[in-house]
Parts: sequence; C-alpha cells; structure tokens
Amino acid sequence: MDIKDIIKEENKVYATPHLLEETDMHYCPGCSHGVVHKLVAEVLHEMGLTETTVGVSPVGCAVFAYNYIDVDWVEAAHGRAPAVATAVKRLWPDNTVFTYQGDGDMAAIGTAESIHAANRGENIVMIFVNNAIYGMTGGQMAPTTLIGQKTATTPYGRRVDLNGHPLEITELMKLLDGTCYVTRQAVHTPAAVRKTKAALKKAFQNSLEKKGTSVVEVVSTCNSGWKMSPEAANKWMAENMFAKYPLGDLKDI
Amino acid sequence: MTGEVTLMKGNEAVALAAIRYGCDGYFGYPITPQSEVLETLEAEMPWETTGMVVLQAESEVAAINMVYGGAATGKAVMTSSSSPGISLKQEGISYIAAARLPALILNVMRGGPGLGTIQPSQADYFQATKGGGHGDYHLIVLAPSSVQEMVDFVALGFDLSFKYLTPAMILADGIVGQMMEKVVLPPQRPRRTDEEVKKQCPWAATGRTGLRKRNVVTSLEMEPALMEVNNHKLQAVYHEIEQNETRWEAVGVEDADYLIVAFGSVARICEKAREQAAKKGIKTGIFRPITLWPFPKEELLKAAQGKKGILVVELNAGQMIEDVRLAVHDSLPVEHFGRLGGIIPSPSEIVDALQEKLI
Amino acid sequence: MTEEIIIAGFGGQGVLSMGKILAYSGLMDDKEVTWFPAYGPEQRGGTANVTVVLSDEKISSPVLDAYDIVIALNQQSLDKFSSKVKPEGVLIYDTNGIHKPPTRDDIRVFPIDAIGATLEIGNPKAYNMVVMGALLEVMPYKIPMEMVVKGLKKSLPERYHNLIPLNEQAIEKGRSLIKH
Repeated sequence: MDIKDIIKEENKVYATPHLLEETDMHYCPGCSHGVVHKLVAEVLHEMGLTETTVGVSPVGCAVFAYNYIDVDWVEAAHGRAPAVATAVKRLWPDNTVFTYQGDGDMAAIGTAESIHAANRGENIVMIFVNNAIYGMTGGQMAPTTLIGQKTATTPYGRRVDLNGHPLEITELMKLLDGTCYVTRQAVHTPAAVRKTKAALKKAFQNSLEKKGTSVVEVVSTCNSGWKMSPEAANKWMAENMFAKYPLGDLKDI
Repeated sequence: MTGEVTLMKGNEAVALAAIRYGCDGYFGYPITPQSEVLETLEAEMPWETTGMVVLQAESEVAAINMVYGGAATGKAVMTSSSSPGISLKQEGISYIAAARLPALILNVMRGGPGLGTIQPSQADYFQATKGGGHGDYHLIVLAPSSVQEMVDFVALGFDLSFKYLTPAMILADGIVGQMMEKVVLPPQRPRRTDEEVKKQCPWAATGRTGLRKRNVVTSLEMEPALMEVNNHKLQAVYHEIEQNETRWEAVGVEDADYLIVAFGSVARICEKAREQAAKKGIKTGIFRPITLWPFPKEELLKAAQGKKGILVVELNAGQMIEDVRLAVHDSLPVEHFGRLGGIIPSPSEIVDALQEKLI
Repeated sequence: MTEEIIIAGFGGQGVLSMGKILAYSGLMDDKEVTWFPAYGPEQRGGTANVTVVLSDEKISSPVLDAYDIVIALNQQSLDKFSSKVKPEGVLIYDTNGIHKPPTRDDIRVFPIDAIGATLEIGNPKAYNMVVMGALLEVMPYKIPMEMVVKGLKKSLPERYHNLIPLNEQAIEKGRSLIKH
C-alpha cells in the first residue's frame, strides 16, 4: 500500500497548513520553531492575510523562515528586524507586518531596535522565540540563558558574577506604552499549542485594528543546543524555564 | 516654491529636494553638521502633503535598517548622517547593496577619525568609494560642490539607484551642508502610487497581491556556487555603471600647464586658487570628479595629456590621489595637498602648495 | 562686482543673522550669493564668523583668506582678521572693548560705536542692523534699500515682521555712524 492510499482527503483530520511549504525544514528534530511556523502559517491563512502580509526574518535559526511560510519576506540583519519592520509597515500601512526573532535578536544585539519599535507602538507583531541559547552558532549563551545553564560559552554554567542575569525582555516590553498585548506562551503540549495559536490570532487582530505593538513570546526548546532528547528538553523547559519565564498574558489592552 | 529662486543651506535644500522628488520615506538620527535635514523635514511635515514618511530613529543603525526595509518594499527611501554615523550604517549599506535595493544615503562629512570634529572634512573618500562595509560592493558616489548640486543629486541619486538597483551616496562635506546659496528647487513630483511601485518593482516585498509567487528580499545564500553567481551579477552591474555613469567637470584644462584635481566644495576653493595662480603667471586647470565611484579615469587621463603635473587637493591625508595616480599611470608627477581635522585650506595655501611641490 | 565680506564677533551678537540678511538682500537684487558660517556649538559668547560673497558672477570659493570688507565686533576678531583685508579694502570695527586698534594704513578703516548707537535706539537686538547700516554705507556695491527690506522680510520669520521698521531705523542709525 502506498502512503497516498492512506492519506486520502476523506481520511484527513489534520493537514499541512495552506501557507506552509511542503519542504524539509532545516530545523533539528524536536525544535519548537517548526510548530511556531505552522501556527503562524495557519493564522495568517485563516485570517485572510496571505496577500497583504510581509514577514521580517532574523539572523539566527529562523533566518530561513522565508523558505517555509508562503508570504513575502524581508531578511533582516541581526537584531534589526524591528527597524526593518517599522519601515515596511509605515510605508505600506495597510499591510500586515510581523517580525520573527530569537532571543539573541530580540534581547541582545537588537535590544534597542526591539524596545524602540515597541515603544513607538508600531502596528506590528513581534514573535519572540526564546530557547535560552544560541542555536545556529552552536549553542552559546543567550541573554535569556538561565543561571547555572551550561552552554558553549558558559561551559560550567552561567554565573551572575561573570555573565549577569537572564534578561526578561518581555517584562520590559510590558512596561512600554506602545505595546497593547504582551504574552508568553509555549508549544510543548497540545493545549499550549492551542493557546499560542489564539495568542497569535489576537496579536494579528490587534495589528489590523492598529492598536499598537503586540509581543508574543514563545518559550521554546533547543534540544540540540541543550544536548537533550526532545522529550527531555520539553521536561527541562517546564521544570526550569517556566520558573523564570512564567506563561500567560502580561498585558492585554 | 516651485521654480522659485531662494537661499538656503545645503542640508535644508536636500530635505526640500527629497520631498519634491516624491521620496517615500526618510529615516535619520541627528548628528552635526547635518541635523538640518531631519529638522527641515519635520518642520515641513510632508506626511500631510505628499504622504512621505519621516521618522527620527533610535540610532543610525536603526535608521539604515529602516531604509533597508523601506527599499525592500520598492519605496524611494533615504537617510542622512555624518561620518561617525555613516560608519555605524555600514553593515546596513552592505545589506542594501547585496540585496540589490535602491536607496539614497547622504554623508555630510566631518573631521575624523573617531569622534573627531564637527568641522568639514573629506576623509570618508575611501569608505564611500571602496565599499565601507563588508564584501565586494560599490555605491554610486556623487560629490556635490554647491547647494544646487545638493538638490540636483537627490533626484540623480534616486534615479541612478533605481536604474541599477544599487544604493547611491551623496558624499558632501560640512561646507556644502552648512553654506547657504542661491538654489532653484525642482517642481513637486507626485509620489508613485502603490500600484506603480508594485509594477516598477516586481521583486519587492509588498504582499502577495493576486497570490503571486512570494518575494523574498535577502542577501543570504548558503551555497557558495550560487553566492558566486550573485557576486558576478553584482560585478556585472558595477561594470555597466562604470561604462555609463561617470560624471566630471573641467575648468580651463586645455590651456593649463598644471592640473588641480579636487572634489566637492574643495574644487571651488581651488577655482579661487586658480585665479590667484593666474595672477602669478601659472596656468592651471581644474578637474572635478563628480562621480567619485565610478571614477572618471579615462577623462582624467585625457585632461592630463601634456600637463607638467597634477596637484590633488583634498580635506584628508591623501585618498582620492590613489585613484588619480591609477588613472594617469606614471605619465606625470602627481602630488597631494590636504588639510586635516576640519581645517579648510585657503586659496593661497593651495597656490603655495602648487609652487612648492610641482614648480 | 564682487564683494567678499567677513563678519566676525561673539556668538549672540547677531553675526550669522546679519550675514543672512545681507545675503538675502543681495539675492533680492539678483546677485549671486554665498553665506558660509564658521559653524560650531557656540550659541552665545563664543566666537562666530560668517563669510558672505555677493557677486554678479557665479561664485567660486565660499571660503576665503582675503576680504574686500572685514567687520570685526570684538578684539579677537580684529586681531584675527585685520591683516586679511585686501589692500584698499575696508575694515569696520566696533570700538567698544577694543584696546588694540588696527594699525594698517593701506586700507580704509571705520571705527564705529555700534553699542552706543544701539543703546540710543533702545533695543539691543537692533545691534547687528546698526552694524549692517555702517556696512551698507561704505560698501562700494550699493544695495537698494528696498532690496534690503525685502531681504529682511525673507530672512526673518513672519512673527518678527513687526520689527522691520525698527531694523530700518537701526540701519539708518548705522549709516550715520560713518564719517566720510
């Protein structure tokens, strides 16, 4: 029996989202990016935004997001996605514009751009995938790396006296008058996935209503960087990351 | 103000010229001696008239990346800064060049290196003409010597950058930025409609109108063989620009014994020096490259025929002189005279230097 | 006709705006003009100078080392620029605070008490127009007064246009300071 015989339209309860390319992703098996990509693709399609959306991809693991989600994209320099998105949105105010950034992009090299775009209340959606490590460059410390967490540049664990504290950029975003919606979600369980999808929908809706900047953090795993199995990574995230980065809405106006 | 003769600073004139060109967006950060560009735009409020976007960014880095973003959507966008700020923008400029995007960048040069001085300088010649950021790329570099050229080069810079999908830079200095002189502003052109932008720039990230194939603006290519192809494409464009777009001005070159080569406002100081030299019986001609890249090498070689020597005058320690020497080979003596750190040479100093170094 | 002029003094004396009004007046009279300030962070109290060139011809250098007319409004400016007056040229200086007057005898020198004249008018802001009056009186190129008034209108923001008669009065006062 061929696989096509099994995957018949009448048998389908679940399908690749319309806007997600049928191509192999470069992400490691177990990585959270794939799920987040899927949700973004679903939400944009369901909201009818295919023809008017421009995504801004970062430098980091998600640099190739433009190969997977079938909307127009601009690939930004490291950390500059919010500045790029600012202009893309202001020059085409009827378009829907989002950035897709990792923790390095959002909270280290691009802190200024992220904070200021949000502070100006740009009508964009900022999707922030926080896996507490630099995946693409080989597992170095991120601004969000936890105290004690081992990475390639904190081989004995992150120390406050050497490396400072994990940066809670999403909490900072909440303080800014330009943000209308700041939330922290995860994609490690079906329930969490559903919540993240609802959060993304709300964020894009805010953008359509010109309410200001929406920030959706997704606390994520990097099982390769963390050197764990996907399953163990999910468990480690729930046990360690959520304590520092608790899930839920920080702001919703 | 259409066609009206008026008096204004170079920096103010650039702002008004941008509005009149139908520029879609300006993104900048204040730095002396060019802050009047942003100030004038904010005072003019073009978003109320032409719909042009004006934004004071949080940094020069953010500003150039806003330009990158705007350009990626096919809009005519620009930024301006002065030397230290232009250094900050280099990464973004490299991205814009690599992604084959049109954009206009104004550098009103001040003395460096480092924080340096706010006084005029031309010490960013290398940075502008040899590719200030990483990778093999060029900018089209226009050097204005008057407020009128500041105005004219806004349109020329945008037109060339759209023609070749390569960023253009107006390389001015504190003198042209800060001086006021007579200027005629061009009539107001309407900004392109969104439909016109989409038609002119089918590659732009404007949304998949009509469910067309998606557009991706990127400079990333992980496959070396393909990245080499991308580089060859860029080089082919640069070759075409070198063939077609050199601009220069020559004054009194034919009867001259000596050639003075200078760009921007310095060329005008040299004109005064030429008058003074003539009174001493020294016949000089001025060759002013207007495009610093592409450098008018063949035209300069022609102008240098039969001359006894060339004096290159710059507000730097000797940068354009390298291109001058490459252009004329070793056919005649080429000497340099420069003042550094924001000092402007006087016409008589230039005459003295000519006599001392070449006669 | 070409007049190459430098006006030098303290920041806050209205040096740059006097240069601007002069340049606009020339522009209104269909001349070529350039105005180049020695720009800097000085708003008040530091030194300030501006080079203005008025000409029938296209102007080459906006930066000069010899001038037809030098206007020096303090000792430092006098020290710096009196040697830069071309032979037969004009030097106007405000006598207030000057302890070392110029010594050249190959130029025409006009000491004026511009501060005294301004005090008589009663508005310190009129100071630079008093100086302007002295300049207009001695400059070989005679700018018609109506062009100067037009120049004032062009260079002053509209909210100050009510001060134009005061400025005209100051210019006349300045003219009267020149003893031919």
